[in-house]
Amino acid sequence: MLGKSLPEMSDTFIEIDHVTFGYDASRTILNDLSLRFERGKVTAVLGGSGCGKTTLLRLIAGVHAANSGRVIVDGEVVNVRDRAQLYRLRRRLGMLFQFGALFTDLTVYENVAFPMREMTDLPEALIHDLVLMKLNAVGLRGASHLKISEVSGGMARRIALARAIALDPELIMYDEPFAGLDLISMGVAAKLIRTLNDVTGATSLVISHDVPECMAISDWVILLAGGGRLVAQGTPAELMASTDPEVRQFVRGEPDGPVKFHYPAREMADDFGLGVQP
Amino acid sequence: MNVLALIGARALSVFRGWGRAALFFRDLLLAVPAALRRFGLVVTQIHAIGNRSLVIILASGAAVGFVLALQMYYALVNYGAAESLGLVVNLSLVRELGPVVTALLFAGRAGTSLTAEIGLMKAGEQIAALELMAIDPRQRVLAPRFLAGLVSMPLLAILFSAVGILGAWLVAVGLIGIDPGNFWSIQQNGVDVWRDVGNGVVKSTVFGIICTSVALYQGYETEATPEGVAYATTRTVVISSLAVLGMDFILTALMFSTR
Amino acid sequence: MSKKSIETLVGLFVVLGVAALLFVSLKAANLASFSSGESYRLQARFDNIGGLKARAPVRSAGVVVGRVTKIALDAKTYQGVVTLEISQGVEFPKDSSAKILTAGLLGDQYIGIEPGADDKNFVAGDVIKQTQSAVVLENLIGQFLFNKAADAGTEAGDKK
Repeated sequence: MLGKSLPEMSDTFIEIDHVTFGYDASRTILNDLSLRFERGKVTAVLGGSGCGKTTLLRLIAGVHAANSGRVIVDGEVVNVRDRAQLYRLRRRLGMLFQFGALFTDLTVYENVAFPMREMTDLPEALIHDLVLMKLNAVGLRGASHLKISEVSGGMARRIALARAIALDPELIMYDEPFAGLDLISMGVAAKLIRTLNDVTGATSLVISHDVPECMAISDWVILLAGGGRLVAQGTPAELMASTDPEVRQFVRGEPDGPVKFHYPAREMADDFGLGVQP
Repeated sequence: MNVLALIGARALSVFRGWGRAALFFRDLLLAVPAALRRFGLVVTQIHAIGNRSLVIILASGAAVGFVLALQMYYALVNYGAAESLGLVVNLSLVRELGPVVTALLFAGRAGTSLTAEIGLMKAGEQIAALELMAIDPRQRVLAPRFLAGLVSMPLLAILFSAVGILGAWLVAVGLIGIDPGNFWSIQQNGVDVWRDVGNGVVKSTVFGIICTSVALYQGYETEATPEGVAYATTRTVVISSLAVLGMDFILTALMFSTR
Repeated sequence: MSKKSIETLVGLFVVLGVAALLFVSLKAANLASFSSGESYRLQARFDNIGGLKARAPVRSAGVVVGRVTKIALDAKTYQGVVTLEISQGVEFPKDSSAKILTAGLLGDQYIGIEPGADDKNFVAGDVIKQTQSAVVLENLIGQFLFNKAADAGTEAGDKK
């Protein structure tokens, strides 16, 4: 390690270059957004619901094509029409879906073995060992025989994580990994995300609106607002100490601030008929 | 002017719906060779779709056989033609009731189960997970189920007819007292294997394609909400049933026209 | 459910279906009586084929010996030309006649062959010369009325 230079800010694994995207003409979800995700780091993308975080993941994975701008992964521009390129990209990618997205007709073992069986020619004996190793990494080696219907939400999330890392991906994306978990499970998930990243040298992207957990494990935090607008980015410490009203409201969870509490409505007097004197 | 625009927009959206369905069907067919290579998946689906429908099909077949025999007897005995009971029941089943009733039951039982399963898989992001693992969900999930439906329907239909004929035999020979030898020999003389039984098999295969494709399409295109899935299963039954009945009319006219 | 038991059950299902198909075809349809052997072709010409259809049986003494394969109209003689496939091994003398008969009162029509007395038999491609057309109801009624009128005329003539 000595003599190796510190990783520079320009070692970008993913670059979002002036990307605009909307599912249809009426709703633009991302508007001229530019971001960078550093190799080997855990980057968190925070923001309220509907600010395009999940859409960002889909664009990176090549599920949709940006209306304008480019998505660049490890130096290659993602071309949605190039099936061979998408296949190569997704081979290096592992994704943890919001509620696991486990295959309900398979057992725990078969779920984790699925990517190995589908995308490699490894013999079953080797797959057996690999599956158990991955399950061991998430602490569920003893649960390999269970059916998906028998596992709890937290366990499902961990199994999905084991499946996501089945092929030792270079890029792991987490879509709301902490949503709906109890405190213990959240702690476990956070620990796993951080440890995996450090041990494998992968790049991790965590989409979440859970501030405390993300701050604890991330190297870099990006805060988005509605319309995919970049509000702020920096180290966790920088964001926690920020004086920007929007950032403060979000990281402290204040009910009212730049993001209003009240949905736009008429004057209260009008609604309650108070202004009219009989 | 506005009304015209509304009608126009509605018509366009109907055409778009059919277009999407046609494209979906084409993609389904294209995915079949890959599914054939993973025949184990098809076998699992035949179990889920075919085997699990056996009970209702066999029970319905027997019931229809009993009732047909009784009703036809009441009608035929007035013309002194009660001996032809077996023939009448056989032809009714093998040409029409076997394929059609089986298809309607299939749409209700297997069709809705397919729609719900695919819809829930979509809602639970399992389809997206497959795509992100660079696996074509149409090859892995849809085509095996399509093939399974295609294989199961004719088998179920002929089982329906066979059980119906046996049920009619029980009623005719056991209950009414028609001569058993006559019961079978009149059928053997009057039912043509290729024209009657064969056409019935062709019909049930066509119905199998229709019911399975509709069920898969509705599941795939449904909104990922509880109401969406419920609505989609209803649509599966309605569309499948109407399509089967319409197709039955066309096929019957083609196959059984008196030349 | 284990993979093995699923495969077994599916196999059973398929076997059951095929068995049902065989049952219906053999016991309840005419597959068993299908002559899988060789056959030879004869033709017969009729003034009126009535309700005869293709695939109708050809019987002699009531026994099925063949099938009607094609029915066409001869554009020159305006006769109906019926093509018959007769089982190999069943042969008829050259002066046998072919009639269009009805099975039962309201049944389907079929071809009945009455054997003649010739030494030589039909060979493949021969035409049956002696034929009797189907009975047409209108002609029958017309004939009946004509006969009735003729009888009345004769009686009146006798009385004179």
